[in-house]
Amino acid sequence: MAVAKRGARWYVAIVENAAGDKKNKLRVGIPRALLYHKYGKLWEVFFRELGVGVVLSPETNKEIIARGARLSIDESCLSVKIFVGHIDWLKDKADAVLVPHITCLHSGEEMCVKFMALVDTVRNVFPGIKVIEYSVNAKKLETEAGSMIRLGARLAGNPFRAIAAYMKAKGAWEKSAREKKEAQAEKFAAARRGEKPLILIVAHSYTLEDNFLGRPIIDYLEKSGVCVLCSDRLDAARAREISKNISQTLYWTYHKELLGAAEYYKDSVDGMIFLTTFPCGPDALAVNLCQSKMKGIPSIIVSLDELESRVGLQTRLESFVDVINFKKCRKKK
Amino acid sequence: MGDYYSAFKCLVELIGRPLVPPPITKKTIELGFKHSPETVCIPFKYNLGNYIEALEAGADVICQAGGGCRFGYYAEVQEQILRRLGYEFEFFKLNNKNSVIGFIKDFKRIAPHNTYPGIIHRLALCLARIHCIDAVSDCVRKNIGFEIHPGQMEKTYRKFLEDLARTYSLGAVFSLKNECLRQIRQIDIDKPADCLRVGVVGELYMLMEPFANFYLEKKLAQRKIEVHRFVTVSGILTEYFSGDRSVKKHLAAAHPYLTHHIGAHGTETVARANSLIKKGFDGIIHLKPFGCMPEVSAMAALNNLARDRRAPILYFSFDSQTSEAGLETRVEAFCDMLYMKQKKKKNG
Repeated sequence: MAVAKRGARWYVAIVENAAGDKKNKLRVGIPRALLYHKYGKLWEVFFRELGVGVVLSPETNKEIIARGARLSIDESCLSVKIFVGHIDWLKDKADAVLVPHITCLHSGEEMCVKFMALVDTVRNVFPGIKVIEYSVNAKKLETEAGSMIRLGARLAGNPFRAIAAYMKAKGAWEKSAREKKEAQAEKFAAARRGEKPLILIVAHSYTLEDNFLGRPIIDYLEKSGVCVLCSDRLDAARAREISKNISQTLYWTYHKELLGAAEYYKDSVDGMIFLTTFPCGPDALAVNLCQSKMKGIPSIIVSLDELESRVGLQTRLESFVDVINFKKCRKKK
Repeated sequence: MGDYYSAFKCLVELIGRPLVPPPITKKTIELGFKHSPETVCIPFKYNLGNYIEALEAGADVICQAGGGCRFGYYAEVQEQILRRLGYEFEFFKLNNKNSVIGFIKDFKRIAPHNTYPGIIHRLALCLARIHCIDAVSDCVRKNIGFEIHPGQMEKTYRKFLEDLARTYSLGAVFSLKNECLRQIRQIDIDKPADCLRVGVVGELYMLMEPFANFYLEKKLAQRKIEVHRFVTVSGILTEYFSGDRSVKKHLAAAHPYLTHHIGAHGTETVARANSLIKKGFDGIIHLKPFGCMPEVSAMAALNNLARDRRAPILYFSFDSQTSEAGLETRVEAFCDMLYMKQKKKKNG
């Protein structure tokens, strides 16, 4: 592996080390939290194509949450605590961890400030940790492609290899995202003809797909005979566009997608569950606004924290499903 | 915001309607708390309470600004809540997308009988008043704790605010400021050269609204401490107009604790705390509403700063349940600790 000429000194050091010992190649840690649930495929394929080893943290479990909660500022939102927990798991097992620095994905929109601060949060919580970052900021014309290719060129020492890796990764990522969307569209079409009640869960990918937060809820609902739709499996650009029907001035990209999904499905679902992690800043405003605009649709806001008792949550979900079934029966009569 | 009343008054007068300054009381926060989403930050609740009280008092135009974090989305949610409560009003939104020209045009729309030069003059006057209020209050903050006859400085300051509200020419505003500063310097003070110096940093609403932070600055001054604060309306406006440059400056000052802008005032908080500690300040007090997104990110950096430089930093997180007694006890203990630290240092 050629040595990168420019860039941070430690990159060079690691790459040199790896060149000396073929078995001991550079290992990048990818935390299975936050944006992993959106871009995981992209990152994994990208690093694999570059010839860099990937260490993936396990699914979120109690221990990771406990570690994260102990290390982070206690007022951080649960999602950030989980992220910190994953980094803590990775820090001894990988040479460096990947933390994307995403400020703005589309011009005129913004990300939650927690994503802007993620790199610095990690650096401050784990002093001396090696962070691999790539920046995306549409306002400064820093695109995902540009930043990732630059990162790849540094790691592999070969810009062409980085471009090829990025193209391949992007293709794989697009394919997996498309499959998810198609699966949901099929499910939706089938459920509309069927008898099952239809519930939309409005939440971020990193809440929905998390093994500790969203998945148990989805599993529980499916087990109780409900067809579950997820807000993150809709065409993102389209969702952002139709979110304007609910809110004109909303500027958080991911919340636009949530509200857009709620708007898209509002006429066909029997109920909505808003899943938020405590204390999510943007959710406090956007979700409340959205709930108040969804008139006539039964909905609940479920707020998750690290102390969550599963029993209380189950009771709430159970009674919500009962209400929806009851309503559906009455409508039929 | 208490003291800035006279500055904004000169703009509102142009609309031809009186400015309704609703005093903030316990009732304000109760009203705001009742109608706000549960986990939203406390400035939202104060603002909403203010609006409800002002609308009850007969206001028909209300104004909200916007900023980098959740603040930018306040306006729409508040408007919706107020409309749901059945109030009729015009909502005047200022946000980052507005330029100065946009502001003037919007203003012309709600006050159509004014000429553009007239509006520009008033805008300049408003900015001049804000600048003068900030300059004088900064001087007061640093000296009020050391008065020999307590109350004089407060009286001079109140008189200055009253006079300012009656001054309509730019030159007179500045000479009024100089006159007031001269008067304050003449007041007898007993200020030791090595007095304790404390910087207050954090979220802007908690810093600038004395009712919301339970008159923290006064409490510090009573314990003979020189208080420094940098977040003022003129400070915020300067930041806004200098844009990216100020972010870069703050990032340099926050080195090595931050590498990227962390949103809203988070970067500035870390930068100020870092440079104050370097300058040899005795302590830092950090204020934020519960769950404030950028300030929580800043706290991780402040923790490291406190550890590396052995600097005392006191954190306060406000929500509608925060009690004054709790704050008082913690401030008292913090000040005692600072005095003990100083004594120990003197004795070697």
